Amino acid sequence: MTHAPAYLVLEDGTRYRGRAYGARGRALGEAVFATGMSGYQETLTDPSYAGQIVVQTAPHIGNTGMNDEDPESRRIWVDGYVVRDPSRIVSNHRAQRSLDDELEAQGIVGISGIDTRALTRRLRDAGVMRAGIFSGDDAALDPDAQLAEVRASAAMSGRSLSAEVSVDEAMVVPAVGESIGRLAVLDLGVKASTLRHLAERGFEVHVLPQSTTIDELRALDPVAVFYSNGPGDPAASDAHVSLLQDVLKDGTPFFGICFGNQLLGRALGFGTYKLPFGHRGINQPVLDKQTGRIEITAHNHGFAVDAPVEGVVDSPAGFGRVEVSHVGLNDQVVEGLRALDIPAFSVQYHPEAAAGPHDSTYLFDRFREVVLEHVGRAAERDDQKDA
Amino acid sequence: MPKRDDITSVLVIGSGPIVIGQAAEFDYSGTQACRVLRAEGIRVILVNSNPATIMTDPDFADATYIEPITPEVIEAIIAKEKPDAVLPTLGGQTALNAAIALHDRGILEKYGVELIGASFDAIHKAEDRQLFKQLVLDAGADVARSHIAHTVDEAIGFAEDLGYPLVIRPSFTMGGLGSGFAYDREQLERMVADGLHQSPTTEVLLEESILGWKEYELELMRDRADNTVVVCSIENVDPVGVHTGDSITVAPALTLTDREYQKLRDIGIRIIRDVGVDTGGCNVQFAVDPATGRIIVIEMNPRVSRSSALASKATGFPIAKIAAKLAIGYRLDEIPNDITKVTPASFEPTLDYVVVKVPRFAFEKFPAADAGLTTTMKSVGEAMAIGRNYATALQKALRSLEKRGSSFHWAGEPGDKDELLAIAATPTDGRIVTVQQALRAGATIDEVFESTGIDPWFVDQIVAINELAEVVRTADALDPELMREAKEQGFSDAQLAELRGLTERDIRAIRHASGLRPVFKTVDTCAGEFPALTPYHYSSYDLETEVAPSEARKVVILGSGPNRIGQGIEFDYSCVHASFALRDAGFETIMINCNPETVSTDYDTSDRLYFEPLALEDVLEVIHAESQSGELVGVIVQLGGQTALGLAHGLADAGIPILGTSPDAIDLAEERGAFSRILDEAGLIAPRNGTATDVDSAVAVAEQIGYPVLVRPSFVLGGRGMEIVYDSGSLVDYFDRVRDQAIIGPGMPLLVDRFLDDAVEIDVDALYDGERLYVGGIMEHIEEAGVHSGDSACTLPPVTLGRGIIDRVREATQAIAEGIGVRGLLNVQFAIGAGVLYVLEANPRASRTVPFVSKALGIPLAKAASLVMAGSSIRSLIDSGLLPETDGSVVPLDSPVAVKEAVLPFKRFRTAEGRIVDSVLGPEMRSTGEVMGIDRDFPRAFAKSQIAAYGGLPDSGVVFVSVADRDKRAIVLPVLRLAQRGFAIWATEGTAEVLARYGIATRVVRKHFEGQQAPEGAEPSVVDLINAGEVDIVINTPSGRSARADGFEIRTATVAADRPLFTTIAQVGAAVASLESGDEPITVTSLQDYAIARAARA
Repeated sequence: MTHAPAYLVLEDGTRYRGRAYGARGRALGEAVFATGMSGYQETLTDPSYAGQIVVQTAPHIGNTGMNDEDPESRRIWVDGYVVRDPSRIVSNHRAQRSLDDELEAQGIVGISGIDTRALTRRLRDAGVMRAGIFSGDDAALDPDAQLAEVRASAAMSGRSLSAEVSVDEAMVVPAVGESIGRLAVLDLGVKASTLRHLAERGFEVHVLPQSTTIDELRALDPVAVFYSNGPGDPAASDAHVSLLQDVLKDGTPFFGICFGNQLLGRALGFGTYKLPFGHRGINQPVLDKQTGRIEITAHNHGFAVDAPVEGVVDSPAGFGRVEVSHVGLNDQVVEGLRALDIPAFSVQYHPEAAAGPHDSTYLFDRFREVVLEHVGRAAERDDQKDA
Repeated sequence: MPKRDDITSVLVIGSGPIVIGQAAEFDYSGTQACRVLRAEGIRVILVNSNPATIMTDPDFADATYIEPITPEVIEAIIAKEKPDAVLPTLGGQTALNAAIALHDRGILEKYGVELIGASFDAIHKAEDRQLFKQLVLDAGADVARSHIAHTVDEAIGFAEDLGYPLVIRPSFTMGGLGSGFAYDREQLERMVADGLHQSPTTEVLLEESILGWKEYELELMRDRADNTVVVCSIENVDPVGVHTGDSITVAPALTLTDREYQKLRDIGIRIIRDVGVDTGGCNVQFAVDPATGRIIVIEMNPRVSRSSALASKATGFPIAKIAAKLAIGYRLDEIPNDITKVTPASFEPTLDYVVVKVPRFAFEKFPAADAGLTTTMKSVGEAMAIGRNYATALQKALRSLEKRGSSFHWAGEPGDKDELLAIAATPTDGRIVTVQQALRAGATIDEVFESTGIDPWFVDQIVAINELAEVVRTADALDPELMREAKEQGFSDAQLAELRGLTERDIRAIRHASGLRPVFKTVDTCAGEFPALTPYHYSSYDLETEVAPSEARKVVILGSGPNRIGQGIEFDYSCVHASFALRDAGFETIMINCNPETVSTDYDTSDRLYFEPLALEDVLEVIHAESQSGELVGVIVQLGGQTALGLAHGLADAGIPILGTSPDAIDLAEERGAFSRILDEAGLIAPRNGTATDVDSAVAVAEQIGYPVLVRPSFVLGGRGMEIVYDSGSLVDYFDRVRDQAIIGPGMPLLVDRFLDDAVEIDVDALYDGERLYVGGIMEHIEEAGVHSGDSACTLPPVTLGRGIIDRVREATQAIAEGIGVRGLLNVQFAIGAGVLYVLEANPRASRTVPFVSKALGIPLAKAASLVMAGSSIRSLIDSGLLPETDGSVVPLDSPVAVKEAVLPFKRFRTAEGRIVDSVLGPEMRSTGEVMGIDRDFPRAFAKSQIAAYGGLPDSGVVFVSVADRDKRAIVLPVLRLAQRGFAIWATEGTAEVLARYGIATRVVRKHFEGQQAPEGAEPSVVDLINAGEVDIVINTPSGRSARADGFEIRTATVAADRPLFTTIAQVGAAVASLESGDEPITVTSLQDYAIARAARA
């Protein structure tokens, strides 16, 4: 059988020959592997994958097609897509179209039929690296030219991608049931499931562009602030960090997820660093140090906070005592932070899951409680003042 | 929360004999548990009646009791050993039921023993249908509408509400025994009546039909800190309606979105928590409506199961091992992941490959049985395959079945599409191939889905395979690119050969010439995220291989493939022992097998594990990969049954060294002429015999050598098609019956042997190193010659053979070993009739009885054999202390006696009309497993074997006797003894007359003639009486001529009524003796204590 060829080229010069999949053309980005066995639709539409070429370790992709219920954002964000065995048909009662068609319609260049395990092991051992997929006319490019393209592409370190994924205009998701107040969500690449969970906890969710200033934020008078997940290097997000520092100084309750966790870390004065190959999967064990419970969690991060895992330390930026609240059990990476003197906490992983297990949705409840407590205390203070 | 320090000794309950629905997987899980507990410094006490298991090796527990798994016996063990806790969750439903009985009788409380792994409450909640239903609803999930019935009348009333078809599930039975679909009232009445009988609580569940829904299963584990993980999801390719054990299943689930999968996960976690499995594993089964996504919880098992064994092999996450650790107090995060070593077990494995399991059936053994698949499990084994995609895993799994026609094929015309679709509508063994043919015949995916309910995604995979096959068939040339593409979809060399009109060897040569070989990937639990330290491999036509170079001296051991009747766990036992012994001797051991139930496919067993089909192509590729480094000393083929032996020639032809007996020598034993010459030279005789290719020549041969004759087709296994024929009429009848099986003809002669009536059969397992013979054991069959050795009870040491006979047997065995040129194991079957020793057959390989011999006499035969094959002498093995100085032919008089009894699956199989299949024993093996009874004398040992196999004999009541004329004289004495013990004796007229003349008071019972109307006001027939439960023991020996008429009705009624049935006189004699031994309380002795006594004698 004849198949249109495609090539995956890594910046170290490794070439994999495969078959053209999705749109034809070229895709450049950071090659990362994701180990979830379900939820490709959620993965593809997760804005955190912007700038990346995602390698699915699960061989069969596309079996259940695409539907309008499961996407996590308005479009597919991965820059390129690498799979082993794309499905020829769609089989699911909720499916509305095929993945193949969707990739093509959204112009996502993919490659199939390559040894994804060999590639994964390569990325694991050598670390993630820039890569390119070349299909259609680009497949015929000279291999050296392809490699040169890859090497000329932007590296993830130092890269800011928030502006690409964020909303341009603020939007509001009404609270489910009785509102407990306005929540300012800084959209750094937020997922639909996160907004749903927050709204279900009674927040009137205001999704704000990533360029929001502290004055705009204060003008909204939110009961709390939330930083979402998102792509890019947290070290290249100084504006978001200083915005967060202002929020923390105001004493406004804060919760952050993923990129939001890294930004909280930086706001508190810790560093962040790039992991060799990141965590991207939905089977990652995390210890909640407060309860001693293990959660199986969804991860998608290439950077992590550099903070001492044991004990309580003072925030280098002067926000009081801080502890690492959650630890990844596979490699002891910081998976959550809690400030002890201000109402702020964050997790590196994804309690909203989608894709992934629902073990950690309690964090949204915890956030609601923190906010209610804070609001209650503030009201008490007001009462005392009045009295 | 580390290990509990209040548990220092644990009693582990095994699962007993291999039966359908409860097989080798529990040896795998039990062995893991025993290993783990001992490594934790806990004293392990084990009870299991099954000698063929690895777990009952004295090395795996501190005190090993091969005793019946009954509350009385377990109480005796508890009283003696005083364990702190009992672990019942690793021995299947048998162990769980035993735990319930111990609890109900207050035994646990009396001795202050704690149940660990699952509490009584948890077991009860999961098993009690009504409680469980409520629990599921409370968890926010749905259940099928249902009612509990305790009587047939009640059931009929409920059926009006639920409508037909409906499902019947008896409570507290295993492997779905007694469950199935009733399509009308008549079926309902019959099945409910049976189900009420099967259920220990006399209740059945009637349920709305969810036939055709998608079926899924999750394997979960939970620790005492409430941490829960889902180890594996499994999807059934066959939709609801087929027992999951009989379904083709795939891991991970492939047709669920994440939302749907997470819903199942949420429900599963709620259920394991609410049932209260606090320290261990469970599985939860779901049905999902493909049209709406509605989810129904079918059931949960609060224990390690067949599926958890599969899940462990599929993921590399050892569920039983972890369960044992959780049971003694560890948390999941305190246990390291075995494969990565650096990450914890508190995670969920993720797969970058696909696993397919296919069931292995044995309907050919029960030609009368309805081969339709239902919710009662009927398969006897399974094969698993791992591939980088579904098509590969499926094709590998199908060829692992080693059954003609089990793989997809493209020869000839497929047949009529509509006809094929109609056939495929009923689930049967091999339906997947029917589907493939229907697609070839032009059926669409929708049509196949309509007919079978198989998810369109799975159907499309077969469409793709057919399309690629067509490309291969019509291509101008099989170029390397096309060949690679075919290999990437799991096509075997044999399939490509068929498509291209070439031989498999041609294809292989072309393939190798273009450098196209598979690479080997690793099962690592984490899709490559972390380095794997355990070499557990599978093949793939991919880019990069992960086989680590090694400079070791390597031995490859071929396993025995899927369990089937005639080739089961006994062979796995030998393979595992070989691996242990060779590893200890400094070799690197490499195991190849495709049976997920076994200990051999535990990645802990051998230095390297290749989960691959035992087909020549696949085995050659593993050997090639391993030959890239180190030194391949050779391949062991004589331990893996016929499967491994069948590969010997192909391997030898490819220049691969075979360890032990050479393939040519193996032929000497198999080929009749050559074997006769060996016997002649040794002065030994075989029964008179001849061969025939048609009915006339068969009659001529039979008349020449004299009736009765034993007929058997050549080139069949496990006694397939073997029968004893008493006259020419029956011989003609035999030809009629086997005609459509095409097993006799030119090139496939029928072997006709004089059958030795009233002979005693003897089995010998021995070891030969080229100079010295070492007898493992000489076993005397309890049934006369003519019953397949696998179905016959036998005793070790022999109890009625004199010293002189034993010496002759020993000499004859030595002569045969020399004549064949055996290096390693040899099994010889003899018969003694009228003082003459006949050689029936010799097999230069491990036999089914190797583990029994090893357990009974403490001789590690398989270990010794593997070392002999690798070049050790028997002398050196004795010197090193591995083998005792005196061999198993000499057993001191004060040694214990061990009796092996076979366990038969007749209850599982029904004819299309719903009747049980005939249960008479014959030359064709039909047992699925075995038990061992061991005690100080034969009657006690036999009694234990009967208790272990069938729950024991009643000590009072009614004995019904009806025997063939030739047995009438021999039956008198045993029946007299039964009468003296107070049994009432009933008999048919002819038998009654004989008994009356001996002064035995006998009630004459009317015979039963099938299809004949009983005269008005007639006495009830014997079958009526058996059905009414008025008969307690049945003795019925079939006469050659009318075996299929009257006796059939009697025997099937007896099996259906679950009463002891004896079909040979020898069994009756042994049973009578055992009854008399039952007057004293049962005593228990561990293998370790027997060994101490043996050492003291030596």
